Amino acid sequence: MPPGREPGDRTHGAAHRPLDLDRPTKWIDFRSRKPANGPGGYTERATLVRNQYFGDYTTVAVFLLSGALLVAAAIIVARIVAPRRPSRLKATPYESGIEPIGGGWNQSHIRYYVFALLFLVFDVEAIFIFPWAVSTDYFKSIGNGGLVFFEMFAFVLILILGLVYAIRKGVLRWE
Amino acid sequence: MEDFIVAAVKTVIAFALLFTVVLLLVWIERRIVAFMQNRLGPTRAGPLGILQTLADGMKLLFKESMTPDRVEVWLYLAAPIMALVPAVLIFLVVPIGAPITIGGTEYTLQVTDLNVGVLYVLAMSSMAVYAIALAGWSSGSKYPLLGSVRSAAQMISYEAAMGLALVPVIMFNGTTSLAGIVEAQGATYFGFLPAWNIVLLPSFVVFVIAMFAETNRAPFDLVEAEQEIVGGFHTEYSGFRFALFFLAEYINLFNMSALTVVFFLGGWQGPVFGPTVLQWILPVIYFFAKTFAIVFLFIWVRGTLPRMRYDQLMGFGWKRLIPVSLAWIILAMIAVGIRRFGLPWA
Repeated sequence: MPPGREPGDRTHGAAHRPLDLDRPTKWIDFRSRKPANGPGGYTERATLVRNQYFGDYTTVAVFLLSGALLVAAAIIVARIVAPRRPSRLKATPYESGIEPIGGGWNQSHIRYYVFALLFLVFDVEAIFIFPWAVSTDYFKSIGNGGLVFFEMFAFVLILILGLVYAIRKGVLRWE
Repeated sequence: MEDFIVAAVKTVIAFALLFTVVLLLVWIERRIVAFMQNRLGPTRAGPLGILQTLADGMKLLFKESMTPDRVEVWLYLAAPIMALVPAVLIFLVVPIGAPITIGGTEYTLQVTDLNVGVLYVLAMSSMAVYAIALAGWSSGSKYPLLGSVRSAAQMISYEAAMGLALVPVIMFNGTTSLAGIVEAQGATYFGFLPAWNIVLLPSFVVFVIAMFAETNRAPFDLVEAEQEIVGGFHTEYSGFRFALFFLAEYINLFNMSALTVVFFLGGWQGPVFGPTVLQWILPVIYFFAKTFAIVFLFIWVRGTLPRMRYDQLMGFGWKRLIPVSLAWIILAMIAVGIRRFGLPWA
């Protein structure tokens, strides 16, 4: 517990690291070789410099739009310059040269569904681990390092148990 | 306004760069695979055949795009766009060089630096699954459907492994921003060994293997296993729509190589010296040299390894890669804890 903080105080990540907004912006040297979480490291500077949260995502939107427009333009050009002579034979689905038998949408095996469920578990797990991974220093600084560390330890162990269960249960077998 | 101009200029440069690189990439791959198989590959269009991809692209542009009569039209037309756009979007956060300062203003060689870069990258690479699943399903034909179901299962399996492989990297560097990750790798061990994240070797190996599966490349190219399911999800696509899938595949290949470099090989970091201009150019050269080394790895593997069987693929993903990543996360947790706190529970 740092001095001047009461037990139970709720603070955000930046609170333990007071922002010095009067510092001249000259000191932003992205080529400096400091660990990201140390004093003057990337994270600190990023909080200071980058109040352009929406600016960043505006760029993403611009990029997305220009990408979509480029593709649309290419498709339109292709539509103009490419010949179009549809025929019944061309429009049949490809089935290695013979007449298609039955519909196109066959049933697929239930096994695929199990993998989708498992994927959900593990990908969501990764999403939970990421925020933890970037804030270990913060938890350490408010004196909770050990607790949070063991919580994540237990979390990963439970997930390993889940995977072991799935393997032993045989849902991942593919015969 | 100035910000907007900078963003616009960066967008234009990024697109130009990406498409040029892809044109080169297809040619490089065809040449190298050809040499590995004791042939010459394309040699006619342009010097050494370097314009072959451009010629192929032009040819596809002038070919008829057929629409079979059983397709779900809107999804069928949207799928190629959904394949290409997320592929392009990943490049947005890749830093290709050290920031440069012109007239007191600093410009990063990266379209934009999102503070949730890693999550953004994972999200965008998941989007590729939609394109492939929808393309296969909306074609209303058997081979594409089989290909897309296979592909969806394969990609989500290896995506989980990929996400888990990145956790130790984030723990080590303490940030999810790609620029931050590259910067944190600028230190050295003992004064001469670069502190690249490749020291997290299990993560690196898992990430590279997952990367092969994510981009549907050999030895995990079951999605388009010609001998079994013809072209897989793009069997019913022709003309320029097919070209879009092709383009997306190669953009993904380049992006994934670039991301490997950013996460594990120090990004643009390397010895810098000489006049200012050289100091701007050298990091870019390092970045592209490393990226093309990874691209060469991709091609090398394609030229060497046979395709895996489907049960081997799924078994390997779930019973090897994911348990290894989980165990490695726990080890890395302990290592990071000791390095940063003395002892994790202190």
